[in-house]
Amino acid sequence: MIETDIGWEMLLDPRTSGAVLSTARRRKRSHTRSRKRSSGGVARHFGLILLAALFALPIYLCVVVASHPAADLLRGVPLLPAGQLGSNFSTLTRGIPDTPKLTSMLENSAVMALGVTLLKLALSIPAAYAVSFFRFPGRLLMFGLIFVTLMMPIEVRFFPTYAVTANLGLLDTQAGLILPLVASATAVFLLRQYFRAFPSELADAARLDGVGPIRFLVSVVLPLARPTLAALAVLEFIYGWNQYLWPLLVASSLKRATVVMGVKGLIGAAQSFAVPQWDLVMVLALVALIPPVLVVVVMQRWFVRGLMSGIN
Amino acid sequence: MHMSKAHINRRKLTGAVASIGFLAAACGNSASTAKSAGSTTGSTSATTASAAQASSSGPIDLSVWTAFNGVLGTAFNHLVDEFNASQSTYHVTAAYKGSYSQVLSDTIAAFRAHAAPDITQIFDAGTATIMDASGTYVPVYKLMAQNNIPFSTSDFVGGAASYYETSSDQLDSLPFNSSTPVLFYNKTELANAGITSPPSTWTQLQADANILASHGQKCSLTSSGAYVMWTDMEQFAVWNGYPYASNDNGYTATKGVTLQIDTAPFISHLSMLGQMASKGQYIWNGVSTSTVPLFTNGTCAMYEQSSADLTTIQAGAKFPFGVSELPVVAGDSAAPQNTVVGGASLWVMSGAPSNTYPGDAKFLAFLKSASSQAFWASNTGYVPVTKAGATLLSSQNFYATHPNDQVAVSELDNKTPTPTTRGIRLGYLPEVRQVEASAIADILSGKQTAAAALATAQSKGDAILAQFASQYGG
Amino acid sequence: MARNAAKDRRRGAGAVYPHRVLPFAFMLPELAVVAVFFLWPSGQAVVESVRESNAFGLGSRFSGLANFRAALSGGYLQALEVTALFTIVTTVVSLALSLFIAVQVEQTGRFKSVYRTLFIWSYAVPGAVAGAIWLFLFEPRIGPAARLLGALGVNWNFALSGTQAFILISAMTIWQQTAYDFVFFSAGLQGIPLDVVEAATVDGAGAVRRFWRIVFPLLGPTTVFVVVMDVLAALFGSFAVIDVVSQGGPGGSTTTLVYALYRDGFQNGDVGLAGAETVLLFVIAGILLAVQFRVINRRVHYS
Repeated sequence: MIETDIGWEMLLDPRTSGAVLSTARRRKRSHTRSRKRSSGGVARHFGLILLAALFALPIYLCVVVASHPAADLLRGVPLLPAGQLGSNFSTLTRGIPDTPKLTSMLENSAVMALGVTLLKLALSIPAAYAVSFFRFPGRLLMFGLIFVTLMMPIEVRFFPTYAVTANLGLLDTQAGLILPLVASATAVFLLRQYFRAFPSELADAARLDGVGPIRFLVSVVLPLARPTLAALAVLEFIYGWNQYLWPLLVASSLKRATVVMGVKGLIGAAQSFAVPQWDLVMVLALVALIPPVLVVVVMQRWFVRGLMSGIN
Repeated sequence: MHMSKAHINRRKLTGAVASIGFLAAACGNSASTAKSAGSTTGSTSATTASAAQASSSGPIDLSVWTAFNGVLGTAFNHLVDEFNASQSTYHVTAAYKGSYSQVLSDTIAAFRAHAAPDITQIFDAGTATIMDASGTYVPVYKLMAQNNIPFSTSDFVGGAASYYETSSDQLDSLPFNSSTPVLFYNKTELANAGITSPPSTWTQLQADANILASHGQKCSLTSSGAYVMWTDMEQFAVWNGYPYASNDNGYTATKGVTLQIDTAPFISHLSMLGQMASKGQYIWNGVSTSTVPLFTNGTCAMYEQSSADLTTIQAGAKFPFGVSELPVVAGDSAAPQNTVVGGASLWVMSGAPSNTYPGDAKFLAFLKSASSQAFWASNTGYVPVTKAGATLLSSQNFYATHPNDQVAVSELDNKTPTPTTRGIRLGYLPEVRQVEASAIADILSGKQTAAAALATAQSKGDAILAQFASQYGG
Repeated sequence: MARNAAKDRRRGAGAVYPHRVLPFAFMLPELAVVAVFFLWPSGQAVVESVRESNAFGLGSRFSGLANFRAALSGGYLQALEVTALFTIVTTVVSLALSLFIAVQVEQTGRFKSVYRTLFIWSYAVPGAVAGAIWLFLFEPRIGPAARLLGALGVNWNFALSGTQAFILISAMTIWQQTAYDFVFFSAGLQGIPLDVVEAATVDGAGAVRRFWRIVFPLLGPTTVFVVVMDVLAALFGSFAVIDVVSQGGPGGSTTTLVYALYRDGFQNGDVGLAGAETVLLFVIAGILLAVQFRVINRRVHYS
């Protein structure tokens, strides 16, 4: 999934992922630990390791190139890392003319990723709570809206959205980078799926005990939803960090460039050197891909648990 | 026309900047030259900071968007700094916006959003797109008249004036960076193969390519990466005297204009490049791949590229190189005719606060001055666009000491332009170029014959021209 | 699922709190952002699609369906073709590859979690960054993969060959999409008793046939879901990779619908045409989502 957050949120839809994931628990109960070593074991491991290596090969070569001086690439294909990673990195931090500063790109990416994450949570929690725990005429409108926004990720509507963002004077601002990405009810949809499956006995009891709606949200619903919220936060962080098309349009000055779009800018600059500076491009590529990959790898376990608890 | 990507070699940066400072001082400009050239090496944030400071304490801010970066950006910023230092009413801030087409699309988007810069740089191919959208800009000749600054089309050298002037011989924009394609050649490689002078015809170039190949130099030619359709179609047409489009290449009409690229001269030129490409003698790798390194690292022995890239090539090449006129089609009696300017002109956008316009006029008049023109041309590969600038350069013996810079000027002035070699004035020309680039890719990869590819390009291009006519004609 | 449905009916019949103003207040921020950045632009696209103006937005006038006619007669049709082929190729290959890997990983016992990590990380790599790395690997002159292909006698130059550019963009998308699909198949397989998986796949003769007859049907809902996600990713998610690697070229061979919209709207400044293309994308997205919800609802009810 490259640049839309629909996918992961659909996973959290019990109608789909419920069937996908929920039986995992059943299996945990029924299956014994007896596990005979199959005859094809060695071949399988060999095959899988080969495949995994093939998948990792582009990144490995990226690291190798990032650690060589650019001139080495003209002579042939280096297969082992050299010792230039540090000095290439410091060349990058010193700055390449007409490209954004590394620190400002990283800062912009972080602001954008965190901004999208926090705003999406802040807007969708109360909205999802409203449609799940209240009964009022606006509910239908909200459902309609959710459905329509699900159909149209930013890639579909970017052109008119750009015009609106421009009319509001938000081009080249952080608000202009973040708000249009937040304008989709996909997170409301996901949270509503979770709230819908919320034990209704709990809610009834709370109401009978005289617990008001806001206290119920803050002290009962949100703590229980923590894994779901965490999973959502991870998804939105990656979604925000990996954005390319939208910042390309909106961040028109160097000072707003994000690190992902900076990679593209650096390719242009690097290719016109007599010795194309692919080493620097690869260093920046590493810098740009480490945060989202790290988030997925580190949070993997917790993240999947969050997804599964969300569909109970 | 320069390749609007970062051209600067990072190891050469300090040297390039220092030499600009030196050259500027040698040109006899103000005493502040060396200092301001030095200041441009600092981060752009220094400029931004001073702009912000200025806005609070008085001067009126003027923004200029350009596609100048690297060596060119340094030279342009030097002029901007000099203007800012020369007076205190206005403060100009130049912003690099990426490639030429990016500057055009950013300008369009910003204009629609009521956030246009005061002055923007529109490249040759975008001229008709903005010129025919009256109301978006303040014609420069009117602006100058309103501000009592002497300004006449005849101040400019013939090639620059005729390319950009309107049907009533007025200039709606200020011609600024103007260049024309030339042939760069690697003296070492040619000498190794026993070739004593660069080829003057395409037939000769093909023969030389075979000789070079037999001496181990497989690739003998490459062309501008982003603008091969400029070097090998547009300039190829005017240099050899072939029409490129009907109605004098679009100068005399908007409606009903059609391309004339599906014709024998273009077909035979591009099939020749295709044949060379199939043997590895010619390399071009798409509009987004710069070809500068292919020449500067010795991969290809000759290079059809804008004269504006002279300084970039000087900074990158580790071997002696020369510059000569573009080859002509052998046996064509009209050739060589003349090349036309490529590059860009500066447009003053409408809709800005009225107190900015006198400043725009002053800044443009400063850029037009003989000393600015001489500085600009001597520090870049561009030609001076004003007669006064050219005279000043000659009086400084610049061309006598810089023969490589002379070639572009002689090509432009080779013969008085005919109606079909005055230039190319087509709406949505950037789109037409996209179509041509596709055709060239198909020819070079052997997917299509030149005849078939150009027939397709012709009909697609005509559809684009018709679309322009319907949107601008009514 | 039955339990969920019952619960759902109960919640639907009567939500907990009777307030009428409070829920509006809760929804207001979300509604405001969606209205400004979603509904307003969408409406504007419809308006622009039936108007014509010059690039700077001046001289705008009603032009009926001219923009739609222009869209459907020009490069847009080629883009439609490219998008369809791209969608089919990337979906089929990612699906097959991820299913194969997931089935193999499922049988690795205690190494399972290690393998999972090894196969899921690539989905988190930003598309534009993946594009940059692959662009270098396949750079016609110095890229390692390009040199390898050259040594194998392939005349590799994706900057000139449309077919090669298409293959490159597809391969890159598959690289990322396989990781994504793997997560779901991996999860789906957990729901099937290991004995069934092993019996159906491990033993020699007829294993493949048994896999298709026994295991694959059990993965039905997962497969439907993965197909939908792959299709959406191919349709809408490929912009970054294309913009970094091929800019839609050569000759439009990698220009998808979204890329065509970017080119016509932003690079060429044809607002009316871009409006029409946006409306056409709305229609395509709408049809797709309608089909998806229909299929998923049916499949899940049956499962």
